[in-house]
Amino acid sequence: MKYAYFPGCSLRSTAREYDASFRAVCDKLGIELYEPKKWICCGSSFGHAFSKLLMISLPLQNLKLVEMMDLEEVVVPCASCFSRFKSAQSEVKSSPDLLEKVKKIIGKELTVDINVCHPLEIFSRTGILNETPKFIKRDISGLKVACYYGCLLTRPPKVMQFDECEYPQSMDKILQAFGIETIDWAYKTECCGAAFSLTRSDIVRKLSFEILKEAKQLGADAIAAACPLCHANLDMRQEEIEKEYGIEFKMPILYFTQLMGLGFGIPAHKLLLQKHMVSTDRILNNV
Amino acid sequence: MVVSIADNFSDFAKYLNERTGENINLCFQCKKCSSGCPVSTFMDYMPNQIIHYARLGLKEIVLKSKTIWLCAACETCTTRCPQGIDLVKVMDSLKNIADRSGIKPGDSQVSAFYHKGISNIRHFGRMYEAGLIGMLKISTGQLTGDLGLGLKMFKKGKLKLLPTFKGSRSMKNIFSRVKKAEKR
Ligand code: SF4
Ligand code: SF4
Repeated sequence: MKYAYFPGCSLRSTAREYDASFRAVCDKLGIELYEPKKWICCGSSFGHAFSKLLMISLPLQNLKLVEMMDLEEVVVPCASCFSRFKSAQSEVKSSPDLLEKVKKIIGKELTVDINVCHPLEIFSRTGILNETPKFIKRDISGLKVACYYGCLLTRPPKVMQFDECEYPQSMDKILQAFGIETIDWAYKTECCGAAFSLTRSDIVRKLSFEILKEAKQLGADAIAAACPLCHANLDMRQEEIEKEYGIEFKMPILYFTQLMGLGFGIPAHKLLLQKHMVSTDRILNNV
Repeated sequence: MVVSIADNFSDFAKYLNERTGENINLCFQCKKCSSGCPVSTFMDYMPNQIIHYARLGLKEIVLKSKTIWLCAACETCTTRCPQGIDLVKVMDSLKNIADRSGIKPGDSQVSAFYHKGISNIRHFGRMYEAGLIGMLKISTGQLTGDLGLGLKMFKKGKLKLLPTFKGSRSMKNIFSRVKKAEKR
């Protein structure tokens, strides 16, 4: 299997663990990833606030690069980038005028047929899901995990067309293949405050507090995330949240790809578990 | 089923509908958007109020509100609105109108973040986080907030000291072509 791979800005800085663990897991599963050399920021965090045309052109420029590589699918692990790519495609599909305008901006070679997919989508496809148990090298079945999808992966459904919008299941299914117990909880798609981390961290602390509290109350050993912004808010801000609310969580926040990697027997340091702010030792001692 | 409510509405509503491709006049004030909004407690007007005031043409209130800047674009309301209104598009468009009309933003930090973020990617092609954080802290005068966290991130190798310029040329071309296209 071959995919183009768009890491995006976060996976090359604050979310290097996601990049490393995703690539390691793909390697195990025989999935080949090809990164377009000249990809650019898709503009995801900055509010589509200032120019609609710009916010549509940036993701489509990246899709143009994928097209030039003769690949039909691109995998985009950052939920925020994933959402920008999908909505840019949906906008030009519904407006031929807009498509013409965008073509003038990024050059003519552009179709909107590239399939943009998320790693959760790839790993939860029946073929791969059935194969997964064959690669398991380490028993991680004792873990109880809260799968946290975040707000953008599945919504709005008419644009994203992926999983169930209010109560998604793909990550649960993937982790269950490793024998992990995933909990049923109400915060799967609640917002963590996303890009307000650098501006209104008070909002982030409040929203992330609710998510951590619910996971803790239901007895989760860890939260599994699928988005660099969610991860940053729940992991890096956790200490401040604990101070503000006077509660100790010590809740390890892992990318779901890191859990998969552990199950495949990949050493923890290769999955960059040591990069998290909240210690993951509790998890490692349990597997 | 989508229910149509009013035929006579304000010019501002018409303008907003044209810009967004949405029809805010379909709103029947069920408040489903506001009841699910995670940020509502921080807002000065509820999302359903913003829609209603926009329909009535109460531009001042809407464009000066905190709400349009504090919307996290989490897509909850857009997903749930029974009338199929894409509120995120409306909020984005309102930010854009407020910005272009030179109205003082309801939340100056959030607005500064968007401005600095855009100029950051225009220069570097990819986001240069350390530079963005620096610019933001200087421009909002909050030099010490988050300093400890920033240092921890450096230590963990989560922030690069220097930017890359990969893709910066194609980024600059896109920015200038967009600017031209928008002038027309
Ligand atoms: S959910 Fe839709 S119809 Fe209901 S109040 Fe909000 S915008 Fe109006
Ligand atoms: S998109 Fe904005 S207005 Fe709608 S629910 Fe989320 S934060 Fe609230």
